[in-house]
Amino acid sequence: MHYIPVEPPPFFRRGPSPLARLAFFGLISIALLFVDTRYHYLEGVRQVAATVLYPLQRAAQLPGDVLGWVGGYFTSLRSLADENTTLKQQSVEQAAAAQAFAATQEENGRLRALLEARKRSTTAAKTVEVLYTGRDPFVQKLFVDRGMDADIQPGEAVIDGDGVVGQVTRVYPYMAEVTLVTDKDHAVPVQVQRSGVRSVLYGSGAGRPPELRFMAPSADIQVGDVLVTSGLDGTYPPGLAVARIATLERDTGQIFARITCTPLAGVDRSEHLLVIGRTAAAMPRPEEPTVQDPAKKMGKGKRRGGANP
Amino acid sequence: MMVLPSIGQLSTAGPDEILRPVKPWFIVATLFAALAGNLLPLTGVSLALRPDFIALVLLYWCIQEPRYVGVGVAWTVGLMMDVGDATLFGQHALAYAFLAYAAEYFRRRVLRFPLWQQAAQVAVLLGLCAGLVLLVRVVGGAPLPRWTYAVPPLVGALLWPAVTMLLQWPQRPQHSPVEL
Repeated sequence: MHYIPVEPPPFFRRGPSPLARLAFFGLISIALLFVDTRYHYLEGVRQVAATVLYPLQRAAQLPGDVLGWVGGYFTSLRSLADENTTLKQQSVEQAAAAQAFAATQEENGRLRALLEARKRSTTAAKTVEVLYTGRDPFVQKLFVDRGMDADIQPGEAVIDGDGVVGQVTRVYPYMAEVTLVTDKDHAVPVQVQRSGVRSVLYGSGAGRPPELRFMAPSADIQVGDVLVTSGLDGTYPPGLAVARIATLERDTGQIFARITCTPLAGVDRSEHLLVIGRTAAAMPRPEEPTVQDPAKKMGKGKRRGGANP
Repeated sequence: MMVLPSIGQLSTAGPDEILRPVKPWFIVATLFAALAGNLLPLTGVSLALRPDFIALVLLYWCIQEPRYVGVGVAWTVGLMMDVGDATLFGQHALAYAFLAYAAEYFRRRVLRFPLWQQAAQVAVLLGLCAGLVLLVRVVGGAPLPRWTYAVPPLVGALLWPAVTMLLQWPQRPQHSPVEL
């Protein structure tokens, strides 16, 4: 005697419906997005996955490398000779400046010794090569070919021959992620080289020039002024060129002037970069004046203890 | 012995042809190739034009082989893409999971059309996928990208016929000269 089976034969079994699966994985994704944005718990997972992906990334690098190698092999002798001549000229032009610089540095050292100032520590710099620029159109990032293996730390400044490119924000075993100065809301404390006016340069995202916000219309700034890092944050060493003032609108109806800048470094062009280690630790914050009100004092003390161990 | 069909057969299967079963390793290999394609070190114009290869290949497999590739696989590949791109965890995963669901929903309709009409529908699906990523990022506080953000889905749709022909190539039946 045969019974009609209650369940359909295994041929028709296909698990939960696509909608149920979408709901399940969609909820996990949203939870992950939330956890990643708010709490940054997933850095460890990211490290492991990045290491797994590393060979694939190098493989993707290969065609470009081969093309570059072949192209380099067939570069004509003529263009090399031309380049050689130009470089020689440049070196002669720069020799004078270099000599003057040596003299100035010596003089500066003597003056500092006289003032018993802390000597500016010269930090180790690591040369790195750009692996690829970030493909996410919402952020301005690039990836370089050194990471934990070269002892690169998050927060270190990254420069090229012309100026500041950005800051190391994430370090993987064999690569590091650099956030560019043009990234939205990336801030660099700067100083106008000519007048010494201090400000903060904010990136504005892809395709938009970085700007100086909250500058009074009367501030001593001109179009063409060069901005250098002020070193006030303890992240960027002082004196690195960052950007040049491009446009300047002093509208008397507005509280602040509207100032946009062009980065000096080849932020999206340079292939070889220099990672500069942190300078000496930032100066400790000065003690806040004691407050009379005991209730207020307790609250303040607690918060300060958390922020400044 | 596996003999690949000749280049002359490089088009889609007609209504009178039955495709040979797909090999799972081939699906995995194409997904990894697409991942490598998304990780290509491009800059400038080529970066702005670069289609989302993973979305394209996932869409193909979701439409052709829904028993192998579905929402779960798409989600996992999306997570790997999130790491490779250093974007928010779950952003691509969410978008690709949705793409896989949409492909599952529309697959019978899409397959009825000739390739270039399929491409038009693929453009809409890829556009939805990119739109979902945009939504997640803008809610997260990112600035609106430039108009070039709309280019990659269109490039992806233009590549659809080529992708279909290429991925279907190993499955095409071979005709022996006697049969013909």
